[in-house]
Amino acid sequence: MELTFDNNIPIYIQLLEYMKIYLISGVFKCGEKLPSVREFAITFKVNPNTMQKALAELESMNLIYTERTNGKYVTKDQKVINKLKDEYAITLAKSYFQGMKRIGLGKADSIRYLEGIDE
Amino acid sequence: MSNMKLLEIKKLNKSFDDKKILTDINLSLSSGKIVGLLGKNGAGKSTLIKLINDLLTPSSGEILVNGEKIGVESKKVISYLPERTYLNKQMKVSEVIELFKDFYQDFDEEKAIKLLKDLDLDINQSLTKMSKGMQEKVQLVLVMSRKADLYILDEPLGGVDPATRDYILDTILSNFNENASVIISTHLISDIERILDEVIFIDKGKIILQSDADKLRNKEKSSIDEIFRRMFKC
Repeated sequence: MELTFDNNIPIYIQLLEYMKIYLISGVFKCGEKLPSVREFAITFKVNPNTMQKALAELESMNLIYTERTNGKYVTKDQKVINKLKDEYAITLAKSYFQGMKRIGLGKADSIRYLEGIDE
Repeated sequence: MSNMKLLEIKKLNKSFDDKKILTDINLSLSSGKIVGLLGKNGAGKSTLIKLINDLLTPSSGEILVNGEKIGVESKKVISYLPERTYLNKQMKVSEVIELFKDFYQDFDEEKAIKLLKDLDLDINQSLTKMSKGMQEKVQLVLVMSRKADLYILDEPLGGVDPATRDYILDTILSNFNENASVIISTHLISDIERILDEVIFIDKGKIILQSDADKLRNKEKSSIDEIFRRMFKC
């Protein structure tokens, strides 16, 4: 999992985004034990303190939790992950519609374009 | 003890003859940080680093490591990678390893040998027979194989290819522990800024900015490299 970073944006915010996608897409599954901060830092090639900051943020969003002395785990509550997925999907959809609006296409047209695209 | 600073520099000045090299440097650094000491060539980075390593004497001011004035004790806990090598290049890598073992109680020979092996470096080869990049790798491995409190790396990326740069960054990251701190001086900011906790900008012998790296990116909405370029536009 080699990540690329944009140096113009705080690294911890980018880490947070990558981690959210890993949670939504099930790279790390509900209830699964996460690698340690150190392991993450080495894999992602980032500073452990920055990684720690991103994980703390995920924890404050209840997406992960710390089991005393045992490390960090993904939440056992699938609903929390589903909600995150939903929010993420809405954000992506909104940005699509905004882009289409900029070139003068309304919602109905935009949907028509979507339907015409083969995945 | 716990809130004692790893490194503290107070009102430090350094002149050579009547030329001022460093002016009123104040700095404090705690454990567990990777700090970038960033400045153009000739800004005073190496002079500051040599002062911390007790290789130069301050004109005024003081430098404390773990709360004590620098000297014999501080040399035991600081692992220093100089800008230019001090090693006798006729020596074989294995002989340099012996030298480090004799000099530093905290030197982990096994670790050094493992890292050298990972890099495909032959410990029976002499330094003269190695390319510049290989020599730099050997030195970095030796420096990072000490279990020090403070690692000071003066321009560790100068003159090496991008693949080696990546390897050097990995080595720094994977050998860095929460009880230690690393100071990296460089003018190659974009290559290294991703791994920094804090940045210190030094110009014309003065510290003009010290900040958390991500906070600075957030505030200026740009990379450390870009902020540096803007600030020091010629």
